[in-house]
Amino acid sequence: MSRFIKENVEKDGIDRRGFLKCMAWAGTGTLCVIQGGVLKSFALSDVMQHNVGDFKGDLSFVQISDSHIGFNKAANPDVTATLREAIAKVNALPTPPSFVLHTGDLTHLSKTEEFDTLAESLKSLKTERIFYVPGEHDVLNDNGEMFRERFGKGAMGDGWQSFDHNGIHFVGLVNVMNLKAGGLGSLGSEQLEWLEKDVSALKSSTPVVLFAHIPLWAVYPQWGWGTDDSEQALSYLKRFGSVTVLNGHIHQTMQKVEGNVTFHTACSTAFPQPQPGQADSPGPMKVPDDKLRQLLGITDVNFVRGTHSLAIVDSTLA
Amino acid sequence: MKKARWILGVALTVLAAFASIAVTQPGVAKAGDQSASVEVKIDNFSFGPASLTVAAGTTVTWTNNDDVPHTVVSDDKVFKSKALDTDDKFSYTFTKPGTYNYFCSVHPKMTAKVLVR
Repeated sequence: MSRFIKENVEKDGIDRRGFLKCMAWAGTGTLCVIQGGVLKSFALSDVMQHNVGDFKGDLSFVQISDSHIGFNKAANPDVTATLREAIAKVNALPTPPSFVLHTGDLTHLSKTEEFDTLAESLKSLKTERIFYVPGEHDVLNDNGEMFRERFGKGAMGDGWQSFDHNGIHFVGLVNVMNLKAGGLGSLGSEQLEWLEKDVSALKSSTPVVLFAHIPLWAVYPQWGWGTDDSEQALSYLKRFGSVTVLNGHIHQTMQKVEGNVTFHTACSTAFPQPQPGQADSPGPMKVPDDKLRQLLGITDVNFVRGTHSLAIVDSTLA
Repeated sequence: MKKARWILGVALTVLAAFASIAVTQPGVAKAGDQSASVEVKIDNFSFGPASLTVAAGTTVTWTNNDDVPHTVVSDDKVFKSKALDTDDKFSYTFTKPGTYNYFCSVHPKMTAKVLVR
């Protein structure tokens, strides 16, 4: 049974009020689909009933993020266990994802044994392929050499890459290298030049998905939650009809729609962080034990050919 | 007699004023502590004190009290720590006078400086 949210369709045809209201439910598992500029929302349980329906599409994939293997403090003494729970959740999806994106901070301290544990845990994830981009915690001591060697297959430069799947163009970007004092995330000129060339030959009707660790929009610059040169990257994508940006780093879900671009950040599978400005600093946030799994989770993304945007569904571990 | 007492009174006041300045001003190593170790605490994604003044020859020791790793990297590449986990320390001895701006390369919004006299 579908429910229509009251519309507020502006000039660009995006129903923002409806979208924002829908996002408030996202943490509990809501499917929000933009079809022809109109927002429709479905409770996740309804999606399960329908099974095939309007939103089972041509492609589905999963985003997980910020596993921080090696972290063992109060906010979560066993991040490997919660990662395994997230993997179980992915494996239980009605449609197995075609692939999985890990948007960085695989490890907490870039240690060999941490990368080992992560690789070992992900062996039980039922999917064809996992694509990774590094977080700042993955490149601490060696400029990301070990990360690229083990998790950067096919990537170039500091670990950027692109690939196509079912007519959608995916671009993995690295914005955690060569960070400048007082600055935010950084893509750098070499990567930006590569990106411009990479998308130049694509038709504007090709849906594009960018994934990177640090948000590519200014979520909260005071805490480093943004990327200094993301504007330039997004300028190369202005002509595309559908752009989705998937990020991690902030350990909570947040979404923003700007014209044809949908920005989305994922939960961590390890520990939550405070909302912008709600604490002294963006560090690991200790919550009551029974609340922890409500703040960790995965993101399921579906693409239905002919629709304007990808359908993004966040679900928590509990 | 009266004049002597007055001079003594002024002298004591001035001495007290200097003493209180030395005690209350943050991040000033006491004169004569040239080889002493001075502490900078990394807490809540910030360096404390954010501005530290030391005499040349002083060793500064940073300690990470956060649950996430941080680094101590000089803007001018004069010093650079490896990644410091919780309770890890990094020390550097400042021999040349000058201003040393530094930051955490993992969380670059964290900036601070050491002024060496």
